[in-house]
Amino acid sequence: MKTNQSEELVKEPVKTDTKEAVIEITGLCKSFGGQEVLNNLSFKLFNGENLVVLGKSGSGKSVLIKCIVGLLKSDSGTIQVFNQDITKLTVKELGEVRQKIGFLFQSGALYDSMTVKENLEFPLRRMKEHVNQKEIDEKIKDVLENVGLADALDKMPSQLSGGMRKRISLARTIVVDPLIILYDEPTTGLDPVTSEEISLLINDVQKKYKTSSIIITHDIECARTTADRLIMLQDGQVYEKGSLNKFEKSTDELIMAFFK
Amino acid sequence: MKINIPVSKAKQLALHHTLKLSENTIAKTTMANNIITDFADVLLFIRLFIKETFSRKFEVREFFHQCFAIGYKSLPLVSVTGFIMGFVLTIQSRPALVSFGAVTMLPGMVAVSLIREMGPVITALICAGKIASGMGAELGSMKVTEQIEAMEVSSTHPMRFLVVTRVLAATFMIPLLILYADGLGIVGSWFGANIKGEVSLVLFFSQAFSHIGFVDLLPAVIKSFFFGAVIGLVGCYKGYNAGRGTESVGKAANSAVVLASLLVLVVDMIAVQITDML
Ligand SMILES: Nc1ncnc2c1ncn2[C@@H]1O[C@H](COP(=O)(O)OP(=O)(O)O)[C@@H](O)[C@H]1O
Ligand SMILES: [Mg+2]
Repeated sequence: MKTNQSEELVKEPVKTDTKEAVIEITGLCKSFGGQEVLNNLSFKLFNGENLVVLGKSGSGKSVLIKCIVGLLKSDSGTIQVFNQDITKLTVKELGEVRQKIGFLFQSGALYDSMTVKENLEFPLRRMKEHVNQKEIDEKIKDVLENVGLADALDKMPSQLSGGMRKRISLARTIVVDPLIILYDEPTTGLDPVTSEEISLLINDVQKKYKTSSIIITHDIECARTTADRLIMLQDGQVYEKGSLNKFEKSTDELIMAFFK
Repeated sequence: MKINIPVSKAKQLALHHTLKLSENTIAKTTMANNIITDFADVLLFIRLFIKETFSRKFEVREFFHQCFAIGYKSLPLVSVTGFIMGFVLTIQSRPALVSFGAVTMLPGMVAVSLIREMGPVITALICAGKIASGMGAELGSMKVTEQIEAMEVSSTHPMRFLVVTRVLAATFMIPLLILYADGLGIVGSWFGANIKGEVSLVLFFSQAFSHIGFVDLLPAVIKSFFFGAVIGLVGCYKGYNAGRGTESVGKAANSAVVLASLLVLVVDMIAVQITDML
C-alpha cells in the first residue's frame, strides 16, 4: 500500500539529455569561525531539472544556496551561474545574475509591514525597470491565480495561514520570471496535505515557467514528488547522488534513515 | 568502593576551582573581545551608513513613510509627556517663587527650563523608549525571518532602504517632536498656573516667550538633532545586527532602548558643556 502510493507520486523525469549545466559548483568551502560547514562541495544543476538536496538539519543546505546568490561569501571554490563565476562579480553584475534567480526563503520572508499586493510589487518594481502599473497589476493577478490565491490581494501576511504564506512567497519568487529557483525547505512546518499541494505547485512552476530548481528539503514526500535527481549532503560534501530509484534502493544507513 | 573520599573530594574541588578559574579568564577575555568587536562593528555600521546616505539613490518614498511613522504615531505619547512636564514643573516651582515674591516670573522660568533642558531630554528619552525599541524589534524580526536577505536578492540595498531612511527620519522628526512637546509643556504650565490665579493663555504665552531668546532655543534645537540621530542609529544598529534566533528580537529591542537612553544623556552632557563654554 505504502509503496504503491509512493510509486504513484513519482513524477515523470524531465529529460535533461542536453546536459547543459545552469549552475556548476566546484570545490566550494565555507566556514563560520572555526566551524566548517561546506567542505570542498561540487555538483551541477542541469537545465530544466528539479534537483533535490537532502541533508539533515545543520548540514549547511541553507548556507549552500545563500552562497549561490551571494548572500554569503564563500571562502573558496567557484560557483558558475550561467557560466559566470558569481564569486568574482562586481556588485552590479551580481545584481544582474540575481535577476535570473528566484529564492524561496525557509521562513517565507514576506514583508510583514506590506500587503500581499505590495509584497509582490516590491521585487517587480525594483528588478524590472520600465514597467507600468497596468503590467504590474496583470502580472500579479496572473501569478496569484497560478498559486491559487487570487483573492488574497489585500490581506496582510499576518492574516495568512502557513500554507498560504508559502504560496504567496512562491508567487513573489516567480513574479519576476526567474530562470532558476532555489527553494529552501518549501514544505517544512506544513501539514502533509498542504505539503503535497506545495510540492505539486513546485512541479507546476517547473512545467509552466521552464525553470531549473534546487529544492532543499528533509521531507521525503516532497522529494518523491518533485525530484528529477537527488544529492545528499553530509559533512559539507556530496555524500550520494543519483535518481530517486537509486536512493530508495540504497542500503546505506544514512540514506535509509531518510527513506524509511 | 574506596574509602578515601576526602582526598578525591579535595581533588574534585581543586579541579573544579581551576576549571572555574580558566572559565573566568575565558569569560573576561571574550568580554573584552566582545566590547572591542562591538565597537568596531558600530564604526563599520556608521561608515556604511554614511556611505549609503551620500549614495546617489535615495529611497524618498520610504523616507516620508518613516517620517510619518516616527512623527505622527508618536504624537499622543509626546503630547501627554509635554503637558505633564509643564504642569508638574509649574506646580512645584510656584511655592518657591511665591516666597520670593516673584510669581510673575513663573511663565518665563518654566519656559526657559522646558526649552533648554527638560523638553529635549525627557522627550528624547521617551522617544528612545518608543522609537529605538520599535526599530530594534522591527529590523530584528526582519533579520530573523530573512526579510532583509529577501530585499537584498530583490535588487534593494537593505542599508539604504531600511537604515538610512529610518535614521534620517528620526533625525528630522525628533527635533520637531521636541519643539511640539515644549509648546504643549507651556500649555500644561498654563493649566498648572490657572489652578491658583487667573491668567489668559495668550498672556501666559507672551509672558513665557518674552523670556526666551535665541540663545536658549538654538543650542536646544541643535542637540535635538543629535538626539534624533543617536536614537535612529542605535535602534537600527541593534535591529540590523540581531542574532539568528527569535529571542534575539527581544534582546535587540531591549538593548536598543538601554543604549539609546544612555547615549541621549551622554550627548546632553556634552552639549551642556559646549554651550557653557560659548
Ligand atoms: N550566518 C551564520 N553565522 C554563523 N553560523 C551560521 C550562519 N549561517 C549558518 N550557520 C551555521 O552553519 C550550519 C549550517 O546551517 P544551515 O545551512 O542553516 O543548515 P540547514 O542545512 O539546516 O539549512 C549551522 O551549524 C549554523 O549554525
Ligand atoms: Mg536551512
